[in-house]
Amino acid sequence: MTLTITDQTIALKSFEKLKELSGENVKLCMQCATCTGMCPMSAEMDHSPRKVMHLAQFGLLDRLSESNTYWKCASCHACTVKCPRGIDIAKVMEALRQQVLRRNKNYIEPSVLPAERIGELPQIALVAAFRKLTS
Amino acid sequence: MKISYYPGCTLKTKAANLEAAAVASLAALGIDVEEIDRWNCCGAVFSLTADDLIHQVGPVRNLIRARDQGADKLVTLCSMCYNTLARANRIMRNDPVKRDTINRFMDDETDYAGEVEVVHLLTFLDQEVGWERIRGKVKVPLAGLRVAPYYGCTLQRPAEVGIEPFGSFTLMTSLFEALGATVAPFNAADTCCGSYQVLNGQDGARGTAAAILKSAAAAGAEALATSCPLCEYNLGKQQGKLLAGGQIDTPVPTYYFTQLLAVALGVAPESCLFSLNDEASLELLKNRNCLVAA
Repeated sequence: MTLTITDQTIALKSFEKLKELSGENVKLCMQCATCTGMCPMSAEMDHSPRKVMHLAQFGLLDRLSESNTYWKCASCHACTVKCPRGIDIAKVMEALRQQVLRRNKNYIEPSVLPAERIGELPQIALVAAFRKLTS
Repeated sequence: MKISYYPGCTLKTKAANLEAAAVASLAALGIDVEEIDRWNCCGAVFSLTADDLIHQVGPVRNLIRARDQGADKLVTLCSMCYNTLARANRIMRNDPVKRDTINRFMDDETDYAGEVEVVHLLTFLDQEVGWERIRGKVKVPLAGLRVAPYYGCTLQRPAEVGIEPFGSFTLMTSLFEALGATVAPFNAADTCCGSYQVLNGQDGARGTAAAILKSAAAAGAEALATSCPLCEYNLGKQQGKLLAGGQIDTPVPTYYFTQLLAVALGVAPESCLFSLNDEASLELLKNRNCLVAA
């Protein structure tokens, strides 16, 4: 994935919004991909965590809005503790989720989940998943 | 000795085995467990967006309950509760602006500034009981049982609330050694089990769970110990499906660390509620003569 910097590619507003929500400066990222190497869910993701950081550096929230990466993130903080630039990447993923959820959109629809799965899962799985994946 | 204890929702139902074994173990060690009154959900996951304070109200209210009931320490068993309460407590201790906003929002409570310390039971056992004292109380040594200590995510990450530094597993290691077991260190001890992703992406969560169990088996472990009900679900209760689907070929019975502590201290197996574990777990302990004679 190659990105070219032009006036059109850098969306400053998007970048500032992400910074405000996450409290993190994605421009510190040097694209080393340690996060991708640490991520247990990266095989499930359409963009690796490194690529998401790259898109975020350019403020490309439109392209990020189509990614499944931050929905597959399990907030395990494996990326965060190993980032050599000290970026709390889990917070960036949360901010990306929240930008969608705060428009009243759910990533999963609780009413269509099979009753037997709901009945079997520990409560913390339900509370955590609904907090991360629904508005 | 008496401790104030926060159970959390799962420990009253799906993970009653985590709690029952802990309470019985602490009784055997001469420690009274006092559950705080009127506790509520911890929130399960810590809110990571900078402007979201409403989700800190739940965990902070639990800490206020503990303080108002005279506790200076609040002991937790569940890794997710520990993480959420400890992180919320750090906000109340270290961030004056957020603390003020949260305190003003909860105008029905006396202001809170992080007076209570959130402690995981593993830390409590290390600091307040001591491994030697535990070793001295062991009635049924877990001799020959090769246990993999599994920490998952929330006991160690992020670093500011980790019960020990990232990559170090000495608390569980010291505990199981004190109980007479053989510890089998393995590479996936802090790899995420897939966590809440099991609700939606069953395959993804199963893939990570299978990798962890395979790593434990390859390291010679025949049992795996955790302190998180969600890890136990993904690694233990889902194990039958992983075996049937060919994703793993060796079963690794999964326990809560409190259950291994309890059986070693001579607590009757019925009090450890093994019926809530995966099926092979009680069988393995029986085969290894790790259970107190009826």
